[in-house]
Amino acid sequence: MACISPDGKPTESGTKMLSALKSGLSSAEEVAKDAGLPLFRVRSGLRELTHAGLANQKGEKYKLSSKGAELLGTLST
Amino acid sequence: MEEVREQAISLPRLGEPAPAFEAVTTHGVLKLEDFKGSWLILFSHPADFTPVCTTEFIAFAEIYPELKKRGAELLGLSVDSVSSHIAWVRNIEEKTGTRIPFPVIADLSKEVSLAYGMIHPGQSKTETVRCVFIIDPNQIIRTILYYPLTTGRNMAEILRIVDALQTTDKNAVATPANWKPGDMVVVPPPKTQEMAEERVKQGYECVDWYLCKKKL
Repeated sequence: MACISPDGKPTESGTKMLSALKSGLSSAEEVAKDAGLPLFRVRSGLRELTHAGLANQKGEKYKLSSKGAELLGTLST
Repeated sequence: MEEVREQAISLPRLGEPAPAFEAVTTHGVLKLEDFKGSWLILFSHPADFTPVCTTEFIAFAEIYPELKKRGAELLGLSVDSVSSHIAWVRNIEEKTGTRIPFPVIADLSKEVSLAYGMIHPGQSKTETVRCVFIIDPNQIIRTILYYPLTTGRNMAEILRIVDALQTTDKNAVATPANWKPGDMVVVPPPKTQEMAEERVKQGYECVDWYLCKKKL
C-alpha cells in the first residue's frame, strides 16, 4: 500500500492525508489542497486509508476514524 | 465443420472514453478515474533499464513542471514489475540527478497494455511500443501517438499538442500546421452557403471562405 508501510505506520503522504482529515469531513479536493498532494494521489490514498479503517467515507467526503485518530496520536508522541 | 474463432483487437479511438483501468504503480494502486478533472498524458515505454527509454523518462521529468502548469498529469507504463520500476527510477536519480516525479504502471498482466493497443507484435510480442495517449479532464481520448521502439519521442510536440487542444477547447477554434502558442488560429469553416458568403466579410485573414485565421 502506498500510504501505509508494511509495518503499519503511515508514510509521509499517508500522514499528510490523515492530518488533513483532522479538520473534519473533507472532500478529496480539500485534502489535496491541505496536504499539498496531487488530487489523483489523494483519491487513491483515501481509498486505501478507508480500506485500512483509518478513514471513513460519507458520500463524497471523508473523515478520520477513531483508529486513524489514534494512529495519528501515536505519531505525534 | 471445424469452428474457427478470431479475436478482433480494437485500438482505442479519438473522441471515445479512455478504457478504464485499475493498476499497480510506483505511487500505489491507481485507477483511471483518479485522474478525472485533470488532463492525463498516459505513455508507455518498452522496458526499464534501456537507453532510449531512460532518455525519455528524463525528458518527461523535465517537462513535468510545464505539464502541471497546464493542469496535466503524467502516467507511465511498461510491462516490467513495480520493483523494476522502483530500482530504475532510483538509478536514474542516482546517475543523472533527475528525480522521476510521476507514477509508472507495472503492467505485468498486460491488461492495460492490451486495452490501449500498446503491444504491436511486428515490433515486439512482449513489450509495449512507445505510445502517448492525451486524455482530457472528462477522460475522453483526444490524441494518440505511436512511436517505434527505436525512436525517442519529442517532448516539445507533446506540450504543443496539449496547448493546441486546450486552446481549441477554450476558444472553439482549430490550430493550423506547425501552430505554437501566440500564432493565429483557424476559424471553424462555415457550415452553410449563407455563412460562407458572410465569412469573407467578417474581417478574418482568409485564403478563401473555408480557410480563415484570426489572432486570439
